[in-house]
Amino acid sequence: MPAAKPHKPNLDHPTLKLVKEKFPDTKFKATEYRGQTSLIVAPQDFHEVMRFLRDDERCAYDFLSECFGIDYLNYPAPQPGRFAVVYNLVNTKTADRFFVKVYVDPSLPTDGIEKDPALVIDSVCDLWPSAEWPEREVFDMFGIRFNDHPDMRRILTWEEYPGHPLRKDYPLRGRGEREHFKIVDRSDA
Amino acid sequence: MGLEAAITAEGFMTTQLKRVINWGRRSSLWPMPFATACCGIELMATASSRYDLARFGAEVMRFSPRQADLMIVAGRISIKTMPVLQRIYQQMAEPKWVISMGACASTGGVFDTYAVVQGCDQFLPVDVYVPGCPPRPEQLIEGVMAIQRIIDEDGIPPKGPDGKRIPLGIALQPKRQPVPQPMPLTLN
Ligand code: SF4
Repeated sequence: MPAAKPHKPNLDHPTLKLVKEKFPDTKFKATEYRGQTSLIVAPQDFHEVMRFLRDDERCAYDFLSECFGIDYLNYPAPQPGRFAVVYNLVNTKTADRFFVKVYVDPSLPTDGIEKDPALVIDSVCDLWPSAEWPEREVFDMFGIRFNDHPDMRRILTWEEYPGHPLRKDYPLRGRGEREHFKIVDRSDA
Repeated sequence: MGLEAAITAEGFMTTQLKRVINWGRRSSLWPMPFATACCGIELMATASSRYDLARFGAEVMRFSPRQADLMIVAGRISIKTMPVLQRIYQQMAEPKWVISMGACASTGGVFDTYAVVQGCDQFLPVDVYVPGCPPRPEQLIEGVMAIQRIIDEDGIPPKGPDGKRIPLGIALQPKRQPVPQPMPLTLN
């Protein structure tokens, strides 16, 4: 098979220029794949950029389509960080779509559930209330917490669940969670 | 029973009490549909007019476990559902039977992940397994008829030393021991 040609991102999304103008001193990265443009933002600038993307009338991304986490452990291509949280924004008038990506790196071993101060980003629930449940899911599955989230609890697994199951170093078959139930037999009821 | 054609209305017949009771039980099984996934759709088809589970006396689906005597576990049992399933089983009044319908309920099926219990029979006494993904309605009907055969042979009073019903030896008792999971992936 011939080697795949390196992908050359086409960075002509109009929003990129607006963001650049508005935050001249902030470092961004951007990438594009098949017509979808992502802006990579550092965690400390994230909330401000999101507010701009929603409130500026040339951007006006009034709809948060979705928000999800990614674990890049053992990913073949180098990445700026271990975990990413991706926000998919939509302008409902122009149907324009824009992705914002935040990378975070853990500072503690990732097999536990203790709070890692490096795995925290600002919640955007105050900008798009629809972020509430997806951010809870990202917390549940990846252990990334969100500052100023109104209800930062797990959403799919239960409160004491001993892991964050979508992390790549969490074993696919779990660590015995599916094995530990009491055995109900015939004499039991 | 169709007997009234053969015997006059004033006639009488003798039989064993347990046969009459078992006949009553087998002919009016009230299922508790514990349908958690796609097998539940086939369970609905089984109850609907084309296959008509009513022909076997089992058409009254009861969503209250207190009123049901046949639990049909149809679908994946996740780790969050398993305690609920056990609670519902315990809430059913004796005598009660359990059908594990489909690959997922019996073994976890293709869902060999942390979230899916690998067979509800590890933690619940199952009487009849219905194989398939999903089983066809005919297969589920055969499963219900297998329960009827179990009932036919299961006598009253209960045979167990503690006075509780011990069913036929054809059911598997849960015996699986939890095993530690391998954890092959490491950080870099
Ligand atoms: S056995 Fe097949 S049809 Fe039944 S619940 Fe599992 S995947 Fe669905």
